[in-house]
Amino acid sequence: MKNLSNFLLAAVLMAMPVARAADIVGTITFKGTPPAEIPLTQMEDNADCMAMHKETPTTHHYVVGKNGEFGNVTVYLKGMDGKSTGASAAPAVLDQKGCLYEPTILAVQTGQKIIVKNSDDCIHNVHAIPSPTSGNQEVNDPQQPGGADLSYSFPKPEMFLKFQCDVHPWMFAWVSVFDHPYFCVSGADGKFVIKNVPPGKYTIVAAHRKAGEQTQEVEVKDGNATVNFTFAAK
Amino acid sequence: MKANAPVKINRPLHWFAIATAIATFLLLGAGGLVTSHEAGMSVPDWPNSYGYNVFAFPISKWTGGIFYEHTHRLWASVVGLMTTILATWLWRKDSRKWMKWLGIVAFLFVVAQGVLGGLRVTMKMDSLGIFHGVVAQTFFVLMCTIAFFTSGAWQKIFENKISIVPRGLRNHFLFVTILIFLQLILGATMRHQHAGLAISDFPLAHGKIWPDTNPDAIARYNAERMEATNVNPITAFQVVLQMFHRIVALVIFAGVAAAVGLSVKRLGKKDSLTKLAFFWLALIILQIALGIATIWTNKAADVATAHVLVGALSLVTGALWCIIAFARSAKSPETQNETFGAFGTFAANK
Repeated sequence: MKNLSNFLLAAVLMAMPVARAADIVGTITFKGTPPAEIPLTQMEDNADCMAMHKETPTTHHYVVGKNGEFGNVTVYLKGMDGKSTGASAAPAVLDQKGCLYEPTILAVQTGQKIIVKNSDDCIHNVHAIPSPTSGNQEVNDPQQPGGADLSYSFPKPEMFLKFQCDVHPWMFAWVSVFDHPYFCVSGADGKFVIKNVPPGKYTIVAAHRKAGEQTQEVEVKDGNATVNFTFAAK
Repeated sequence: MKANAPVKINRPLHWFAIATAIATFLLLGAGGLVTSHEAGMSVPDWPNSYGYNVFAFPISKWTGGIFYEHTHRLWASVVGLMTTILATWLWRKDSRKWMKWLGIVAFLFVVAQGVLGGLRVTMKMDSLGIFHGVVAQTFFVLMCTIAFFTSGAWQKIFENKISIVPRGLRNHFLFVTILIFLQLILGATMRHQHAGLAISDFPLAHGKIWPDTNPDAIARYNAERMEATNVNPITAFQVVLQMFHRIVALVIFAGVAAAVGLSVKRLGKKDSLTKLAFFWLALIILQIALGIATIWTNKAADVATAHVLVGALSLVTGALWCIIAFARSAKSPETQNETFGAFGTFAANK
């Protein structure tokens, strides 16, 4: 009798639909022609840096593909603070290569390590400048060529915290810090994936430093949810 | 020594004082280049440079922003040494008690300025950078006045029968000089925002006579700006700051132009103070041109630094004019050797 009860209970449970975490996926596109990028003319005065390039690099404020694929857009769920798993998350990597930061747009969790590498044969200083009201601390450390990696983490959420090198003033990167794991940065193909989102209704934000910010509502139910964003030239 | 005996000019001391003032001017330029190239934090440690003693940092590593910051520190050491020698020389050889103490003040000033610069870097405080810039120009004024006080020209004020400068005229020049000092503080505050140009057009400001500073407008300015260097985002405060800087520049121009007119009227065209006033006006016109050029060249480092230097010369010119005018107007010029020099009698008779 007991075994029959257990069997019936298991059958009922299996028949019920079980909501599981899923991904929010999508594509971000840019319509129109973005503003022209600016050549990093100051680099031309630095032989060490120019030796690593065939021609003068430009800024990368807009990463837009041939068909309007919009990269380097930070996508995140709003109102999810307090769910950070940063302390146990794999470190994010910011590299200094060819006297440029790679990547220029990064997103991490509060408490997550950011490893800063110097892949160049020249000195850099790693200078992170948070907003004065964020609660994060400014840092400024030397990093010799071939020197040890530097490691940082930030305890407070903040959008677009700036990393810069004052030895080479054209070098800058922007790191957004979230107090939860539900974010990503769109790739050069414009695609993004926010993984393992629990079922529910959310506000999703796509933020670009120059093109602005857009929000949409999304619901994660059965399987992946899809949200697309379109930014336009102003 | 009799109170009214003329002070013997010590020519080597005077020429060394001039050399120190010139070295200070060059240091202003070196420091100006540091900020203009946004290199102030390129050497994260102090008093060492990337772990090396400042005098042992290999030249091969003086690259990029490090070149400006490190050479600035080296030249500051030279100015510090020259100031120390000057202060010692004044203490030992100048018969005027107030000049001895002025030398001590100069020494303390240069030490404080060095510490300020170091703390700006180690404490990562932009506000200390503003203070460091303002103290630098004040120190330059001090060095120029010391050079002047050791000169024959200073003595001649008391030996010749020169007309008194009317109080109203003196006060006008003093007011405009103080305004230039306030403008210097505004300019230093602007530069140490490290935000590039908060307003990138002239004579309009973001296309208007008075720019919008609401959050949407500020967001638009930042969105439209395609920065090629690591400048901070523009804020409403910075936009307003630049507008005040432009307005005060106009007020200064009007004040100096009026000062020239008043000098011609009250002192005559041939008076040396009138000639100095004309020179002051030429400096202000040049300064305004450089300010406009700073905007039109998108804050080219050499133009912006020249703007800093001409600003310093404008401040010194106004200060020296006031010193000469007040000295000429002291009731008992023979007492210039007493403790507070010519100003002691002047103050007593106020």
